Amino acid sequence: MSARKTQDRVEIYLSLLIAVVVIAFSFLIPSVFWSSANFQSIASQMPILGVLALAMAVTILTGGINLSIIATMNACGLVMAWVATHYPPTLSSMLLVLAAGLAMAIVIGSVIGFLIAVVRVSPILATLGIMTLLKGINILISKGSSIANFPDYILVINSTNLLGIPLPLLVFLAVVIILWVILEKSAFGRTIYLIGSNEQATHYAGINTRKTLIWVYILSSVLCVIAALLMMSKLNSAKASYGESYLLVSILAAVLGGVNPDGGFGKVFGMVMALILLQMLESGLNILGVSSYITMALWGGLLLAFIFLKGAQLSRLFRRS
Amino acid sequence: MVKKIGVKTHELFLGLTIILIGGYLSYASADFLTLGNLYDLINNYAMLTILACGLFIVLISGGIDISFPAMTIISQYVMVTLIQGTSGNFALAFALSGGLGLLLGLVNATLVNRLKVPSIIITISTLNIFYGLLLYLTKGVWLYSYPAWFEEGVMLFKFTAADGYDYGLSLPIITLLVVVSLTGFIMNKTSIGRMIYAMGGNREAASRMGFGIFKMQLFVYGYMGLMSGVAGVVQSATVLTVAPDSLLGYELTVLAAVVLGGTSIVGGRGTLLGTLLGVVLLAVIQNGLNLTGVSSYWHTVVTGVVIVTSISMTAWSQRKGEGAVA
Amino acid sequence: MEPFISLGKISKTFYGVKALDNINLTLLPGEVHCLAGQNGCGKSTLIKIISGVYKPDPGFEIAIEGKPYAHLSPIDSVKAGIQVIYQDLSLFPNLTVAENIGIHQHHHNLLVNKREIRRIAGLTMKSIDARLDLDANVDSLPIAQRQIVAICRALAQEARLIIMDEPTASLTMQEVKGLLRVIGDLKKRNICVVFVSHRLDEVLEISDRISVLKNGSLIGTYPASDINNKKLAFLMTGKEFSYAVLPPIEKIGEVALKVSSLTKHQQYKDISFQLHQGEILAITGLLGAGRTELCLSLFGLTKPDSGEILLEGKAVHFASNRDAVKAGIGYVSEDRMSTGLVMDQSINDNIISTVLSRLKTPFRLLDRAKSDRIVSDLIEQLSIKIGSVDLPVNTLSGGNAQRVAIAKWLAINPKVLILDSPTVGVDIANKAGIYQIISALSRKGIAVLMITDEIDEAFFNSHRILVMRKGEIVAELLPEKTSEAALAEVVNG
Repeated sequence: MSARKTQDRVEIYLSLLIAVVVIAFSFLIPSVFWSSANFQSIASQMPILGVLALAMAVTILTGGINLSIIATMNACGLVMAWVATHYPPTLSSMLLVLAAGLAMAIVIGSVIGFLIAVVRVSPILATLGIMTLLKGINILISKGSSIANFPDYILVINSTNLLGIPLPLLVFLAVVIILWVILEKSAFGRTIYLIGSNEQATHYAGINTRKTLIWVYILSSVLCVIAALLMMSKLNSAKASYGESYLLVSILAAVLGGVNPDGGFGKVFGMVMALILLQMLESGLNILGVSSYITMALWGGLLLAFIFLKGAQLSRLFRRS
Repeated sequence: MVKKIGVKTHELFLGLTIILIGGYLSYASADFLTLGNLYDLINNYAMLTILACGLFIVLISGGIDISFPAMTIISQYVMVTLIQGTSGNFALAFALSGGLGLLLGLVNATLVNRLKVPSIIITISTLNIFYGLLLYLTKGVWLYSYPAWFEEGVMLFKFTAADGYDYGLSLPIITLLVVVSLTGFIMNKTSIGRMIYAMGGNREAASRMGFGIFKMQLFVYGYMGLMSGVAGVVQSATVLTVAPDSLLGYELTVLAAVVLGGTSIVGGRGTLLGTLLGVVLLAVIQNGLNLTGVSSYWHTVVTGVVIVTSISMTAWSQRKGEGAVA
Repeated sequence: MEPFISLGKISKTFYGVKALDNINLTLLPGEVHCLAGQNGCGKSTLIKIISGVYKPDPGFEIAIEGKPYAHLSPIDSVKAGIQVIYQDLSLFPNLTVAENIGIHQHHHNLLVNKREIRRIAGLTMKSIDARLDLDANVDSLPIAQRQIVAICRALAQEARLIIMDEPTASLTMQEVKGLLRVIGDLKKRNICVVFVSHRLDEVLEISDRISVLKNGSLIGTYPASDINNKKLAFLMTGKEFSYAVLPPIEKIGEVALKVSSLTKHQQYKDISFQLHQGEILAITGLLGAGRTELCLSLFGLTKPDSGEILLEGKAVHFASNRDAVKAGIGYVSEDRMSTGLVMDQSINDNIISTVLSRLKTPFRLLDRAKSDRIVSDLIEQLSIKIGSVDLPVNTLSGGNAQRVAIAKWLAINPKVLILDSPTVGVDIANKAGIYQIISALSRKGIAVLMITDEIDEAFFNSHRILVMRKGEIVAELLPEKTSEAALAEVVNG
């Protein structure tokens, strides 16, 4: 059974699930579900979660994982927030903010990549350690409180609409497209999948696996910076403890979207569909008055159900081998 | 032979580090090496140790479980609700809490066995499910009231020391001793313990040898659940409240302690002694930071540095052993 | 003699496809019986039926020591004394020798009885005159010793029938002799040993009787004395294979690779040789001779301690294998499943994996047109039978997968191609195809270095042979001037 074929099936399942959800909500709460307020709500939540989920996914593709995405996001957010609130809003300070955030991300990503690729620490442990370290640093920098009240050039990101579409959503789409190009169309992308399936054989083939892995974790961290920017714009503050719940959900979204937890397989398109599904569910349930806690439980249950369905189909086809 | 020495070396290294830090602290702070401080330390870290024992076995078996904080709170919550206004004893409390934890653990085991995906994914899902249901049903409400017998606690061999405080074997300490002995006994002296090591070392071979893989998973995850319930009672007895969101993120703390102790995340390797030393090291560091007046903002940073250093050194030494190519 | 197990009318169908068709076979106590056949002939299915893992189609007859079995479960099979030693040995690397051997004690008792386990382990080792450290962790042992542990474990279960799957695949000649001695002991104790092997010489040397399977049917069971290599190959494949020495190279090309006094502590010593363009140089010897270690250094994965490597006259110092690849050296590794290919990824991606850096367009994207061309050219050149290039490599047979492994190195237009055990796990019919590919490559001017364990493979497919022993080159022979037997003698010392 080709793993590629499995991928296609994932997209089919997700399409079906999305259709089911849309139909169900259209039936239950037609006027509210199909309102622009609802779409705006979805559109405001999705970008941050989406970028974070992609940050998680690229590392899972290589057979690793990045448990530090939230801590990275907050660290970069705090650094950028500090710069933004300490310098008058000029063009150069805008650039300084971006530079600071990027620099932080690159440092973090390089350290993680180094630990995993060179020191050979297992990704769970490496990112767990860095996460703890970053959490500590974040609290240290911010003394536990938030840095708030940003200049307009940050807030404007969240409140701008281009052609009626909120800017954060466009940023997310841009990220999706860029990532798609990288993964599907570039040599770097091929290397990621090869490493995810068998790092040693890929090394034997003459590919610089160390360099690739380090770049992957840098990429992951850079995505966290983008999420940080979106978060700062939305909340007008940065804090060490934001987004904790996003960690598990980003893993959920990745696996739901067809990313193979062992590495080597997964497509951006599937992930986007999974994100849409999750957001629609959350928003629809929210409208129905269902507690967000139930939604949390539901997402866990959905993932398990999805795995069960996938397993049931595949095992029948796997029987011969 | 090399690998065996490798494991022992890790414990040795941990032991030395603890002694070094402890030595420094007894010099830097008059309060460190006092009965009162050490007593509090043991009591406060009892819960972590109990959970670490459970997680240790899961890791050895080749799996992982990060849903246990939710299991701890849920078992605790139900237990406290049920014992309201009763005149029971701690045996009842443990039975209720432990029993519920055990059941939840069995759910994990079944899912891990039937759905052929890594246990980290499964337990992330069950964590979400358990927490979600918990927070929904409790509406985040804290529990404060306990029956009198619970609040009194248990204290064996009570004595009053020179500093005027009462010491003895408190509930947390008793539970801790029982759990550690039980866990040690299981993993070193029983067949199922050795089979768990075997399964962690080569899962495929274990199933070919006719090991009841499902039964062993039920045992392993069930035990983790049981430990969660037990830890829940200890937590309740210590703080006399149940706060549904109190253990958010705790799974990674316990994991850090177990991993510090040298247990491999892929299974089959690690000792209970190492795990205990890992907990002690974390405890001593935190305590030291507190006693030496280091601002609390630094605590997590230090813990993070310790974890990163420890895992790097372990990985680096293993790397040299294998002569890795990549 | 009363058979230990008699199998009658054994068939096994998977979704309409017959993996086994009406097999009738008896296994006698104290005999060494070989199951021979190509990949996919049904050997492993038959083994799984004997060990109770699979249930045969209705109408079967199985009797063990005279007792008929209507159902044979894995537990029944073990109770009856049937033990399987898989090719990967299925040992627990993190447990000690004693614990591995005595592992089944755990089924009987709740508490661990360390003394009993050590006693049993000691007893079984003594019974086959093995001497291993009971407290050593299995992952610290070399493969030959691990095999002993696996056999002891089977004996600890009071085995009456031991099935060994490719037991000699990773053993040196010395170790094979040791294994044969053990098997001899087992024979004396009336234990039946069933042997699955690809290596025809060994099959003939070791076995009493040979059963040949082809496409799920039993072609026949023959006494080993009645068969020779050629006949066996014919029975297994239905084809005649005649072997002839390679014609000498018409014109010796330039020196592509020159190695001078290459030394690496505890791996190889004072290696010097020259390899010309268009020449196939075979390096053979017993396992442990240092051949693969030498290859790893030539390929830049390890660094020699002293000595020189000259590629086309220029001295090279490889910091990593990437440098070697850039310089034009390709290495088809001996274990294609773990280091030779990324099995789960597509054929296409595997083939271009070595040249990804050369396929970049200005925007660092993959030049799909160019890569497609390279892939289709290579597939045609090597006659690789595939459905689609996007299918994963693990859907291919051993022979085709090995062709993909070779293809990916041809993509770099290598000056020197190192082939390490190129036909391991490839059955006879496909072996011939691979040999043809190799000689075609040499005719194109590529300098080929071929490492092999099989004497006839070296003899019939190279222009020159180097024999290595314990890290040093001890002989150089020309196939056209010597004989297979002479070569064998030099190799085995």
